[in-house]
Amino acid sequence: MKLSSESSMLDSFASLANEENSGLTLSNGSRVAIIGGGPAGSFFSFFLLKMAAAVDLEIEVDIYDPRSFGHCGPAGCNHCGGIVSESLVQILAAEGINLPSTVVQRGIESYLVHMDVGSVAIQNQAGEQRIAALYRGNGPREGGESRWESFDGYLQGLATHKGAGVVRKLITGVDWREGYPWLRFADQSESRYDLVAVAAGVNSNFLNMLDGTPAGFEPPCTTRTYVCEFKSSEAEILRILGNSVHVFLLPIPRLEFAAIIPKGEFATVVMLGDDLDQELVHTFLNDPAVRACFPTDAVPCVCSCSPLINMGARKRPYADRMVLIGDSGVTRLYKDGIGAAFRTAKAAASTAVFQGISEEAFRKSFWPACRAITRDNAIGKLMFGTTDILKRFHFLRRVILRMAAREQALRSRKPHMSSLLWNMFTGSAPYTEIFIGAVHPGFIGNLVLNFAANAWRGLQWKKVS
Amino acid sequence: MEKGVLIMSTGVLGKVYADGEVIIQQGAAGECMFVIQSGQVEIVQSTDYGEQHLASLRAGDFFGEMAVFEKEVRSATARAVGDARVLKIDKKTLYRRLQEDPLLAVNLLKTMSHRIRVVSAQLALHEPDP
Repeated sequence: MKLSSESSMLDSFASLANEENSGLTLSNGSRVAIIGGGPAGSFFSFFLLKMAAAVDLEIEVDIYDPRSFGHCGPAGCNHCGGIVSESLVQILAAEGINLPSTVVQRGIESYLVHMDVGSVAIQNQAGEQRIAALYRGNGPREGGESRWESFDGYLQGLATHKGAGVVRKLITGVDWREGYPWLRFADQSESRYDLVAVAAGVNSNFLNMLDGTPAGFEPPCTTRTYVCEFKSSEAEILRILGNSVHVFLLPIPRLEFAAIIPKGEFATVVMLGDDLDQELVHTFLNDPAVRACFPTDAVPCVCSCSPLINMGARKRPYADRMVLIGDSGVTRLYKDGIGAAFRTAKAAASTAVFQGISEEAFRKSFWPACRAITRDNAIGKLMFGTTDILKRFHFLRRVILRMAAREQALRSRKPHMSSLLWNMFTGSAPYTEIFIGAVHPGFIGNLVLNFAANAWRGLQWKKVS
Repeated sequence: MEKGVLIMSTGVLGKVYADGEVIIQQGAAGECMFVIQSGQVEIVQSTDYGEQHLASLRAGDFFGEMAVFEKEVRSATARAVGDARVLKIDKKTLYRRLQEDPLLAVNLLKTMSHRIRVVSAQLALHEPDP
């Protein structure tokens, strides 16, 4: 055992020595470019500079993003539902990043699950508001002057506070010369970097510019989502929606998941599904269960978009002197994209500072973080597939509702169904953990009992009628 | 309107504790740590000689971490001084992340190391002269 740990330590030192000899490490004066100033880019810059300072490494970090998060509407938006998961809020706090009340528009304390057979409120077991509803940009069109700040702007502020510079230049291409990445700009100038971190997301054209690079990245699989904003008064949004995210499990074909998220004087509608089109959006928004969740004076769809989301990981989101983080590389299926951006950004930053910036270094230290997400996504696909089946059967929806409602009413110590629904909708736990919960004998036993009770009630009702 | 002037209770994270309200009780079992989001929290310990004030903590500080790392009861009581907003961090969430990212521990170690330094200095002050 001792021999094995000694040999593994020797391997690490040998690997670091090889990286240093090959020049594929960051050293004093190294220049790092981050393409994209969203969460992945800002987290990467923040941790890169923090870790570099811890080992007295002086590097130059430039974040390239032409957008300003001070603008309302699409110009300053990052096209997202705007939820920071329960687990990420906690981890950020443990990292010393406490989201201020000027950024958090609503602290979420429960999820209200609506089905055609009824609704149930799933309360946060911690008994406190640990999910943040916010705007990535400066809010939707029609927002006017807001008292809240942009989340992406806040994170960018953390990065610039550590010493990163924000460059509002449009990049027109990437070249590789003498083994270094060079960025070309619209004003015909160019700049050489030691490391380029791509955090441009899947809605940017930048990923197409990587086609000609030696890295030979393939674009990830994507699908379209639909996000739109309803405007009302702050008091009315609070009265109707409360501090709850409203999620919908409705038997509407092609609709995977939909939610309404309360934020200040807006409510954000998010829809995920196959081939989302106007017809599907119209069907959903006109469903009686959905209409009941909107204030009567709400102005519909003051701002809407159909952004792409990453549905399949890149096989190799790294190369010598280049790494793809956040949505550009690997992200979680449907949920907690900001959490995945945080995890991949921090893994890439620690690799660059402590292991090197070669393909081999990223393969050893960065890829395991991405691989853990992709493997978990495979289980996630299975879980969402099962949910899809459940949505099709009226009887099963009644069983889910009954079981969750009883657990909430009795404040059960082991709320199997509530935990499953909470973790599926909030994205707070890995899909693998949710799956383990779903095959737990306690869960299966309770499900069978509720199934039987529901069947019995159905029979009694038939007799009476 | 100036940003941050109007802070609504709906746009905050964690739980608000009123002045004097106990957040964790000495001797109680616990499996989570806490991070102060706003306000102040005092840490006190009951001894044979009465209640001893150990520390005053502010926004950004954490407490209750000893129960997360050791299977022991809370060694001290934490209570709000004025209104304090505090976020709970679950042991499971913390351990899951620590397993993925051991560097997270550096942040916690820094604070714990600083606390040991402060306690050492206080003990040195109380040591009788030889």
